[in-house]
Amino acid sequence: MSQAPGFEYAAAAQDGGALISKRPKGAGKGRRTPLSQRAARIVVLVLVLGYLILPLFAMLEFSTRGDFDRTTKTFGRTLDSFAAIFSNDDLMTSIITSLEIAVLTVFGMLVLLVPTMVWTVVRVPRMRRVVEFLCLLPLAIPAIVIVVGIAPIYRWMGQNLGGFGASALTLAFIDVILVLPYSYRAIDSSLRSIDTATLSDAARSLGAGWPRTIFSVIVPNIRGGILSASVLAIALVLGEYTISSLLSFNTVQVVIYLLGKRNPYVSVAVSLAALVFAFVLLFVISRFAPGADSRAQRAEEEPA
Amino acid sequence: MSVASPSPAATGHGVAVAFEDMHRWYGSVHALRGLSLEIAPGELIALLGPSGCGKTTALRALGGLDEVDQGRILVGGKDMTRVPANKRNMGIVFQAYSLFPNMTARDNVAYGLRLRGVDGAKRKKKAEETLELVGLGAQASRYPHQMSGGQQQRVALARALAIEPSVLLLDEPLSALDAKVRRQLREEIRRIQIMVGITTLFVTHDQEEALAMGDRVGVMSAGRLEQIAAPAELYDRPATKFVAEFVGLTNRIPGRTDGSDVEVLGTRVPLLPGATDRGAVQVLVRPENVRLAAADGGTGRVLAVSFLGSLCRAQVALPDETIVVAQMSATESAGLYPGATVNVSVVPAPVFAVAE
Repeated sequence: MSQAPGFEYAAAAQDGGALISKRPKGAGKGRRTPLSQRAARIVVLVLVLGYLILPLFAMLEFSTRGDFDRTTKTFGRTLDSFAAIFSNDDLMTSIITSLEIAVLTVFGMLVLLVPTMVWTVVRVPRMRRVVEFLCLLPLAIPAIVIVVGIAPIYRWMGQNLGGFGASALTLAFIDVILVLPYSYRAIDSSLRSIDTATLSDAARSLGAGWPRTIFSVIVPNIRGGILSASVLAIALVLGEYTISSLLSFNTVQVVIYLLGKRNPYVSVAVSLAALVFAFVLLFVISRFAPGADSRAQRAEEEPA
Repeated sequence: MSVASPSPAATGHGVAVAFEDMHRWYGSVHALRGLSLEIAPGELIALLGPSGCGKTTALRALGGLDEVDQGRILVGGKDMTRVPANKRNMGIVFQAYSLFPNMTARDNVAYGLRLRGVDGAKRKKKAEETLELVGLGAQASRYPHQMSGGQQQRVALARALAIEPSVLLLDEPLSALDAKVRRQLREEIRRIQIMVGITTLFVTHDQEEALAMGDRVGVMSAGRLEQIAAPAELYDRPATKFVAEFVGLTNRIPGRTDGSDVEVLGTRVPLLPGATDRGAVQVLVRPENVRLAAADGGTGRVLAVSFLGSLCRAQVALPDETIVVAQMSATESAGLYPGATVNVSVVPAPVFAVAE
């Protein structure tokens, strides 16, 4: 006696087994994209890539220009501008300073944000909206307003806290606030991808205190979000100009601007190097920090 | 087979866990209203009730994951009411999958042991032994995402047992699983619980699960414990209207009572204590206590017959349009078909009655 298709399906589902359905012959053909649509997609892709890559290519072309050859009416190619980055003391100092600020900012942001967000999710979920609002607030406040508000504090620090008060590293305090909206989003999406409350309850029931719960259970599972938040913070700090300039701190963007007035080739070379640095960081993160989505995908691929 | 234990103190087994007059408010919601309960060492108590009845609140309070506003929790005679969760030594299996995704099954099970300072080799051995206990010794190196839901809950059970907890808490651990796996796992949990001899509080809204697993079953409603008794007693002798209606399938058939007995479908049956004892009532009769006899000119008319394997269930309309469900063995159901006329009677087993 032949079984009805519905019965077969129910039996498979009861066993908890995976339902494997063969794709009917020709099923794919009906869904094949018409040639015109595929061509349109390629055109759009080329246009977008061109829009994004062309400026970078122009920067590369400009920053590698050598002497002008009057006979061929073309520029020679040289990496002198990139080499000059390392021989320009002001530039190197500003790069190191900016990287130090970036490290401090990332550290401050993570120390402030991760425990707060975990605590909010686990203990006071009704405060989630409030924390989100506070974290997103810097998006709505222009940098110039922040500088006007905070300049007296920096003046006071410069006068009363000696070398530390006058150091550009103090910019990390402001930068921590500036990166909050972006970092919050990155960490929040990671926290939403795991059952933070249940994992915390499980860890605590097994004997872990709060610090251990956060560092041994929560943090490893939101690693992708933390890395994304860190990259965004680094990118923002390296690209921040307005506040540094108005508070008269020589960060890399300020020095690039000043350098651009004297030597535009080196200025563009530094900008291009900074962009490439950000791309490499993003690539490293996307390569080595798979998120929860890819984990779920793997689970689907490997039913036990 | 479950063993009834009416009250730990009465049996002389002592008390492993005691709730004393526990209250819990969430804003204006009174989630626990004076919950008192005693659990004997090695006993499995199933707390059963609808969503929002307070059963999970009670479990979380025992595990230290939630606080009580009033009352005490005693474990082995010690007051644990204000002891934080990480100092209580209780193993919890949650409804949601709670394995740490960044750790293998072995590392998950060993996590609690590591926190207790057990050295590496012993930890690994103990974790693997506990995984063997739940039948997953071969899966020790797998990550949670490489395991099915049933396997994950087994690892969670192993993780909870590995720390040798004073009490095992099961918070609807089977509700996310499909029916077949759920039945298998509940039998396995019960087997392991009896083998290990651990005191267990099991929370569920599935009465089949509660009746199948619990030494005693506590039925909760609106923050109160309505009744706690052995499964058979709970089913046959419900103490309140809520328990009578909530546990098992129940027919509501019109009847008339004079105080000690009630007349229903022409049969006098004894009334259970707590039932309404005067005048016209609705009698709560179990389907298996309804008898059908095929007869031309019978007063009942069969509406439908459902085949359930070894059992059969028939819906019958009475002359006053009351629908009655009767349950019988498949052989007894011969001759029943939609449209057939039958005589309907009830078995003279004690029944609960509520006012009309």
